[in-house]
Amino acid sequence: MFRCLIAASACFVTAMMGQAAEQSIRFNRDIRAILSDKCFACHGPDAETVEGGLRLDLAEEATDPSLGAIVPGAPDESELVRRILSSDDDQMPPPDSHKSLTDQEQQLLVRWVAQGAVYEPHWAYTPMHAITGKRAGQNATRLIDGVISDRLDQEALAPAAAADPITLIRRLALDLTGIPPTPDQVEQFLADRSEDAYANLVDRLLNSPRYGERMATYWLDLVRYADTVGYHGDQNVSQSPYRDYVINAFNDNLPYDQFVREQLAGDLLPDATLQQRVASGYNRLNQTTEEGGSQAKEYLAIYFADRVRNVSQVFMGATVGCAQCHDHKYDPYTARDFYSLGAFFADLDERGVYSARSRPPMIRVPSNALQQELDQLDLQIQQTRSRIPGLTEKLIASQPAWENTAKSKLDDRREIETAWIDDQLRLDASPSGDLGFVSGDDVPVHRGKSARRQQSDGLVQHLFSDAKEPLVVGPDTRFYAWVHLNSNDPPAAIMLQFNDGNWSHRKVWGGDEISYGRKPKSDVAYQRAGELPEAGTWVRLEVDADEVGLAPGAKVNGMAFTQFGGLVHWDDAGVITVGQFPPPVVQALQVAADDRTTAQQDVLRSHYLAQAAEMIALENEIKALTDKREKRLETAPLTVVSESVSPRPIRILPRGNWMDDSGEIVQAAIPAFLGDLQVDGRATRLDLANWLCRDDNPLTARTMVNRVWSLLFGRGICTSVDDFGGQGTYPSYPDLLDALSIEFVESGWDIKQLIRTIVSSESYRRSSTPTAEMVQRDPYNDLFARQGRFGVDAEVVRDTALSVSGLLVEQIGGPSVHPYQPPGYYAQLNFPRREYAADEGKNQYRRGLYTHWQRTFLHPMLKAFDAPSREECTAMRARSNTPLQALVLLNDPSFVEAARVFAERIMREGGEATDQRVDWAYRCALSGKPDPAIGELLCQLYQRQLAAYQADADAATKLISQGASEVATDLNPAELAAWTNVARAILNLHETITRY
Amino acid sequence: MNPIQRRLARRTFLRRTGIGSVALASLLRSEATNAFAAPSAGVSAHQGLLESLHHRPRVKRVIHLCMAGGPSHLETFDYKPELARLDGQLMPPSITAGQPIAQLQGKELKVMGPQHSFQRRGESGLLISEVFPRIGQLADEMCVVKSMHTEQINHDPAHTFFNTGTAISGRPSMGSWVLYGLGSETEDLPGFIVLTSEGGGQSQPISSRQWHSGFLPSRYQGVQMHASGSPVHYVENPGGVTRGQQRDIVDTVSQINGNRNQELNDPEIATRLAGYEMAFRMQASVPELTDMSGETQKAIEMYGCTPGDGSFASNCLLARRLAERGVRFIQLYHRGWDHHGGVKNGVAKTAELVDQGTAALVKDLKQRGMLDETLIVWGGEFGRTPMAQGSGRDHHIKGYSLWMAGGGVRGGTSYGATDEFGYNAVEDKVHVRDFHATMLHMLGIDHNRLTFKFQGLDFRLTGVEPARVVKELLS
Repeated sequence: MFRCLIAASACFVTAMMGQAAEQSIRFNRDIRAILSDKCFACHGPDAETVEGGLRLDLAEEATDPSLGAIVPGAPDESELVRRILSSDDDQMPPPDSHKSLTDQEQQLLVRWVAQGAVYEPHWAYTPMHAITGKRAGQNATRLIDGVISDRLDQEALAPAAAADPITLIRRLALDLTGIPPTPDQVEQFLADRSEDAYANLVDRLLNSPRYGERMATYWLDLVRYADTVGYHGDQNVSQSPYRDYVINAFNDNLPYDQFVREQLAGDLLPDATLQQRVASGYNRLNQTTEEGGSQAKEYLAIYFADRVRNVSQVFMGATVGCAQCHDHKYDPYTARDFYSLGAFFADLDERGVYSARSRPPMIRVPSNALQQELDQLDLQIQQTRSRIPGLTEKLIASQPAWENTAKSKLDDRREIETAWIDDQLRLDASPSGDLGFVSGDDVPVHRGKSARRQQSDGLVQHLFSDAKEPLVVGPDTRFYAWVHLNSNDPPAAIMLQFNDGNWSHRKVWGGDEISYGRKPKSDVAYQRAGELPEAGTWVRLEVDADEVGLAPGAKVNGMAFTQFGGLVHWDDAGVITVGQFPPPVVQALQVAADDRTTAQQDVLRSHYLAQAAEMIALENEIKALTDKREKRLETAPLTVVSESVSPRPIRILPRGNWMDDSGEIVQAAIPAFLGDLQVDGRATRLDLANWLCRDDNPLTARTMVNRVWSLLFGRGICTSVDDFGGQGTYPSYPDLLDALSIEFVESGWDIKQLIRTIVSSESYRRSSTPTAEMVQRDPYNDLFARQGRFGVDAEVVRDTALSVSGLLVEQIGGPSVHPYQPPGYYAQLNFPRREYAADEGKNQYRRGLYTHWQRTFLHPMLKAFDAPSREECTAMRARSNTPLQALVLLNDPSFVEAARVFAERIMREGGEATDQRVDWAYRCALSGKPDPAIGELLCQLYQRQLAAYQADADAATKLISQGASEVATDLNPAELAAWTNVARAILNLHETITRY
Repeated sequence: MNPIQRRLARRTFLRRTGIGSVALASLLRSEATNAFAAPSAGVSAHQGLLESLHHRPRVKRVIHLCMAGGPSHLETFDYKPELARLDGQLMPPSITAGQPIAQLQGKELKVMGPQHSFQRRGESGLLISEVFPRIGQLADEMCVVKSMHTEQINHDPAHTFFNTGTAISGRPSMGSWVLYGLGSETEDLPGFIVLTSEGGGQSQPISSRQWHSGFLPSRYQGVQMHASGSPVHYVENPGGVTRGQQRDIVDTVSQINGNRNQELNDPEIATRLAGYEMAFRMQASVPELTDMSGETQKAIEMYGCTPGDGSFASNCLLARRLAERGVRFIQLYHRGWDHHGGVKNGVAKTAELVDQGTAALVKDLKQRGMLDETLIVWGGEFGRTPMAQGSGRDHHIKGYSLWMAGGGVRGGTSYGATDEFGYNAVEDKVHVRDFHATMLHMLGIDHNRLTFKFQGLDFRLTGVEPARVVKELLS
């Protein structure tokens, strides 16, 4: 029976695999995917659910004679074969698994057993090996063509012809820069008959600043870069300096291994540069929350898992995320591996729940121009400071005279009020987050131009602390604060609180709702002051230092303003001291000069110098400069970075449950089956990065090379560019992938060189139009007998329209920009509510990758064209073809504006005759001349549209004045409107947004 | 239709019937593993993945009235007299110890009795809160599930969990899964439409992730309609362009695309042509949909709204119109149920905003003979604590209520129960994934067999844990 089955199957397989049937079965190519897909869920690596004790992923167990599942070479004795062919109750896979084997899969399994059931280790985890045989030693470009051609010969499949030069330059420009070539560039290429014409073109495009932007677009998908935090209110926290770092890294051709190191561990590199610290922001691109009621511990677990998923996908092409709750069902990653991999990141300074818009640690990243300005200011500050010693010297001479005068004033008991906060924090102390300053006509203000607004349903406070020079409390010290309670929405209670090393010094007005430090009986830590002050007016609150337990000598470094519920405005607050001198100065003055201790001498001297008019003037001069520096620095964008702190312990969470603390604590480690780092002490993120970038790491180079290939063919050599595991697909050219990966490592991880290697091949330069035979025999282009063809990315759709119209502003980097967007699109957002304001001026016409990336409400144009939300890693965008895309191209104001500006160009630069202009316009957008029939269709469209606008001048004016760019007044409005609609038609063509 | 279009349409048709002979399993695989370069399947609205349903369906569409913010089950559908008796007393720590908790972290946990009275309604005598005088009239149509429980305690992840079956972002929403499986019944409108309204309480944000298609092709994503501005983004012609001119442009684009296709032979071009046709139809059908001038005064009075004012009631009226036009999955979010303070007045206020619209929608569908083919789902992402948070209640996930009505639903019944505190679902518990399995079942889909391969795994809406079709809810 088996013989006839096998004979039948051989025919079948021949039909489907060409000559492959004559070759022997290879486990990785033919068998693994079947077992993984249909059997491993119950008979695979996940140790807890192995059915019947049989594991089919392990050769020793599967072929264990005592089990008899597989008897190599003897299908008729193998239980596996009997069960997969059975139609009885014991059939495998069981019907209730909803998995079944096709006839073809059954036959492959049978033949594999018949041929000895030889297992191979999974390809992606084995070392990359150099190519052997006749192709050994060939250069990589020739190798690509050689390996593909060998296979095509074997399959007797003829490759596609070379692409025509117009298609080729358009393809190359879109692949390498994301912008179609201009007609001039096309002409130049066509005219260049030199041998190096193509190589020169490749170099020109690789050296274009647009190259870095194009590559960054893909990288930002992988690392889930966005301008907002993702969860709940999806607030703005941009990391645009990180985005610019990525663009520059590709443009500068930073070696890939260094690129990986800087992102994972830039902050840990010796003498880390500003850009390396910016790069380390990668570790903090995960989504975060500020939702009230979130538990920090839960969110830390969420961020942890997010990071493991991303790191493993981006750098290893692995789906380790599956092992969060259980050992991976299909790959050898265990739950322990999941937590050990995450433990590399246990040193990151981060919080589970953040407060408003703040994601510390963050740093400011000045542009080069600003940095020069700052350096200049630093120099000035330094020069000004250098005058202090000289002035001190001079002033000291007059100190005895001052002391005499001072002594005579010791009896002066006048009160001096010092504001610590008023319109700004005046004390040199640290505010906790946002102090809530507001101003405006409807805001009550006691003094100056602003007050601090605080409103809540429950407990809420703002504070400052850690004053550099704390106040030393004297016998009569008091504190004050101005408050204004809203009459319609008064709080239940308000509280002032002081810090002298701890915060146990409180005075409370109103009820007992404030729970901090609350005790049944009042004491210094919770002093009840009685009723709330009157609402609807400004009231001054005062606190004696004494009544809240601050004895003379106590050093107060901070003050907090707390309320429960309601709306309260807080204004100036500070301290009242009595007499001209602080207590230590008074004490020192009371001692005869010769009897003073060194400390007393210092106190007196410092006080004297600080009040001397000349010194004050100098200090003011320095302060003006440092303030200016601060202000200038604040114009630079902030970015979130990695900083290392003492690592928190990482436990295995049973079934991923963050509340379960019973799991074992694990140390940072790479997945166990891939080896062991062998470092002394705790392995760091830098150790992880160095391991990823080792020459012999089997994952890193293969993953990146395969992805670069997929950008250049629309399809990877291994099609599952996001999963190299057992559930991924087997590479169609494993030896080629290995050879290119080795070459990549040996080139010094040179990405431009890798691209040059691939695009120089004949395979890259083939036509993308399949022959009938290809459609039938290789519908998905596994064999690369032709090029791929696919819709361009969302950003390229936008960039194409802008570039063709001439509106595109080519400028690298900077804060994200805001193209026109339908009003009210952010209506579902809250905390805070948001109004979207489209940018004016040149930022309206920047490339798509600079668009403000709102994770929960991505710009509708980008979303319609399949740009991902960047909540998770995207290694392969969906490519859809929908009516919403048609609506965008037809009606989105960005595209209408691009069309009418394109129309101006058509009229000014396209010649005089209608057909000339049509030809010119078509070439601008599509690189080649239109067929006569197409030219005719567009000319006719123009005539009909012109007639319509000649009859309706208002309509013409309406159409040609859309968008913020200037309207041409020297062109005939009806003609311009008609050309605008012709331009719209051209921008809507399928070919305009397709890369062939 | 010009000759090129006719030819292309015919080609599309032939290809579709060609696909028809391929087995479901291999279709699944080819779409999944080859999404990158393979021709995207036809844009046709009709096309769902499933060749045939897995079993006899009870309904063909879903209208999900999503009460966002987490309505208090204790003031709406789950009457707990014992709570009234214990009002002001401490919750037994044995119940709350070690349980997830949101804003009441570290606070004293005191019981708060129900803030509204309940009445027996309809012939079935279902207990329904006084805040729903009109929804109460539906009692004999409703099946109230009192034993729902979920896994996420904060709004954003809890919505994500309810819509996608997981709190991890990037997975398809249930509307997308349904559309992916069944396709739509309209060529003129998207098959999955989302409407929003707010009022009555704190408006928690809602992410478009809630109707995203995740890793499914984006043609399955929900399309949000807006009460102000364009109802659908970019559905209006640019100023100065008439419908006739737009038609002219679309025709020219289609003719050129068709011409080029003779050389390029690219099946995506046929899809593009169909896409432009549907886009052009939408430009007419969307205004027609939102133009409610044809609604009778009686209908408008029943809903009690000014049509198009963005209120929940107006959205209910629009939902009926969407259902009539063949939209498969309709989601109405009302953001206003997050009552951390003032739960008594808050619930009453939000309830008033949704009571009439909800009741009108169900009655209207019934009058038109459409209720039998529609599943109505009413509920939020979680419930609220029996413990007081001041005068309000905090988020609660261990037990809460939702109700269903429509085709195949066992009306006039309740299912499952929480404990005497309304804290834990204790009897006939229904997990969110059980709800998903049940909803798919009612649509004729076996939840185990609607899968999509992504990152090496066969994903499904109900995830990897076992999910149960709650047959007891069905008539």
